[in-house]
Amino acid sequence: MDFTRRETLVIGGATAVAVALPMQAMASAVDDAINAFTGGAAVGDSGVTLDAPEIAENGNTVPIEVSAEGATAIMVLAAGNPTPGVATFNFGPLAGSQTAKTRIRLAGTQDVIAVAKMADGSFAKSQKNVKVTIGGCGG
Amino acid sequence: MISRRDFLQVSMAASALYGASGFGNWAKLAAQQALTQDQLLEFDTFGNVSLIHVTDIHAQLKPIYFREPEINIGVGPNKGEVPHVTGADFRKLYGIDDGSPSHYALTYNDFSALAKEYGRVGGLDRVATVVKAIRAARPDALLLDGGDTWHGSYTCYHTNGQDMVNVMNALKPDAMTFHWEFTLGQDRVRELVEGLPFDALGQNIFDATWDEPAQEFKPYEFYERGGVKIAVIGQAFPYMPIANPGWMFPDYSFGIRDEHMQQMVDEVRAEGAELVVCLSHNGFDVDKKMASVVSGIDVILSGHTHDALPEPVLVGDTIIIASGSNGKFVSRVDLDVRDGQMMGFRHKLIPIFSDVIEPDAEMAALIDEQRAPYQAELDEVIGQTDTLLYRRGNFNGSWDDLICDALLSERDAEIAMSPGVRWGPSLIPGDNITREDIWNVTSMTYGKAYRSEMTGEFIKVILEDVGDNIFNPDPYYQQGGDMVRIGGMGYSIDVSKPQGERISDMTLLSTGEPIDPARSYVVAGWASVNENTEGPQIWDVVESHIRKKGTVSLEPNTSVKVSGV
Repeated sequence: MDFTRRETLVIGGATAVAVALPMQAMASAVDDAINAFTGGAAVGDSGVTLDAPEIAENGNTVPIEVSAEGATAIMVLAAGNPTPGVATFNFGPLAGSQTAKTRIRLAGTQDVIAVAKMADGSFAKSQKNVKVTIGGCGG
Repeated sequence: MISRRDFLQVSMAASALYGASGFGNWAKLAAQQALTQDQLLEFDTFGNVSLIHVTDIHAQLKPIYFREPEINIGVGPNKGEVPHVTGADFRKLYGIDDGSPSHYALTYNDFSALAKEYGRVGGLDRVATVVKAIRAARPDALLLDGGDTWHGSYTCYHTNGQDMVNVMNALKPDAMTFHWEFTLGQDRVRELVEGLPFDALGQNIFDATWDEPAQEFKPYEFYERGGVKIAVIGQAFPYMPIANPGWMFPDYSFGIRDEHMQQMVDEVRAEGAELVVCLSHNGFDVDKKMASVVSGIDVILSGHTHDALPEPVLVGDTIIIASGSNGKFVSRVDLDVRDGQMMGFRHKLIPIFSDVIEPDAEMAALIDEQRAPYQAELDEVIGQTDTLLYRRGNFNGSWDDLICDALLSERDAEIAMSPGVRWGPSLIPGDNITREDIWNVTSMTYGKAYRSEMTGEFIKVILEDVGDNIFNPDPYYQQGGDMVRIGGMGYSIDVSKPQGERISDMTLLSTGEPIDPARSYVVAGWASVNENTEGPQIWDVVESHIRKKGTVSLEPNTSVKVSGV
């Protein structure tokens, strides 16, 4: 259990961000992004699969996978990052499957959110809490 | 020598397995005469398949003492559930008589007195006797090793795990999964795994670059036993690069990956598996949750959290077996598998009482051969103890109190930190402390004792972080270690609160003053997961401290106040 100065700064920075941005501000940035994507339409909670680790092995590069059969687009948000927007994947009519896999950076423990736009214009959402931890004491 | 009662033996009829509402009324064998090897091994062979489970041996080749925990708090859905039941409550739950061998083997109370009566436990030569006896009754029994085997002793460290590989090869397991093995470094792990005469399994061991199953470890293997096609799926410790130094095995990624587990179960069922066994290093609560999420696993052989349970826990149609640690127990599970279904089982957690079970001569010789080159170093007496030295417990153990004292005085620090690992045997009052004993509780490949400065605020961040790794109400977010042990500082913890709100009243014990978030404190610790940590090896720090003390005598540690239980 030892920390280099750099890691200490990283952790300190994450704490500072959380303190500086009240939860409402974070929540509204996420809500704004979802509203901009959906145009304010209702969002269901089935039809999207979000695969992410429960605890990140490295918060700087967290593998995630999203899929939603029949989706035309899937937006990914990292709710606790200073800028929540991660990516929006668009799928054309000839796409063999509506699946995308990437790695994202997470500033700290937070929810990762995937919102899919379906071909019929409806929306669905899935989210998962990913923990970013100091670690080092598992026995 | 050993008298009184016998052990719980569990069996269930086929009709009772499905729809069973609970356990706890199973009959207990009551033998009034002296305890014998035959009694410990007594088992009416049942059904057509036998599984033998050993796990978390932590390189303990010789008999040791091992005190089970007093404090083992469950949170969320596991509050008050086994294995989070200890002491008298545990004995009441399983109908264990006070002072009986089961009391000594499974609970912490009166440990020093009972240890003198019942003696040491474990020893892989005794385990070999038990395994051979089971194989005599069922020649094609499957022997499965849950991992944490190639770590935890002086000889294991100095041979890079070779002593354990040699001894386990002679025991002839069919398959194994992994955790601390990876702290030998990935090159050494690959070298050892390549030469194994049995299967190295882990459905959740992935290639870190491509996030695909790693080639060196098969997810599962089939075994044809008793006319039954059995699939054994491996599940390595999910949080290896987080709880242990990821830089030692950068090519690998882990995680629970329960969706992949479900795929594997579906795959082996599609290939005709009639019995699906998961050889797991998840930890007990994680296994319980996984059993509720993944369907189609018949038996989970659970490791990592070092729990020893005399009866299986049933989750849906899955039975979960917990077989203890440090060579103290062997589980035998007999199964009746017919028409592609597990119809019933019989289970026994066999305690390895080293004075009762005859050592296997061949294995004893092989073990001594591994130790011979190091015998003089192992046996050197460093000091004595007047206090029971043990490690298990959520917040502290006397071994860690001693280690923290050593760090504070040898490293001239204000605060000491010792990792919340669960391995490490016990010593009873009056025992010599040998070099081997010190290594048994400190040996690791990243044991350097650092000395650095941390602010009060940062120390709280650490305690909150580690606290959430054990008290997060969702088991999938737990790493299966205990709380980091703290020397020189007291604190209060409310285990029912979320991360960031559990820790309060941090106090510097030397002055009685509250910890100042802005002030820097000199902190000494060991087992850093960061690369290039500098400092003397922890075993040298502890040895030097004990030499100066001569006889170790510790007061009970009351520096952690726990609430929200």
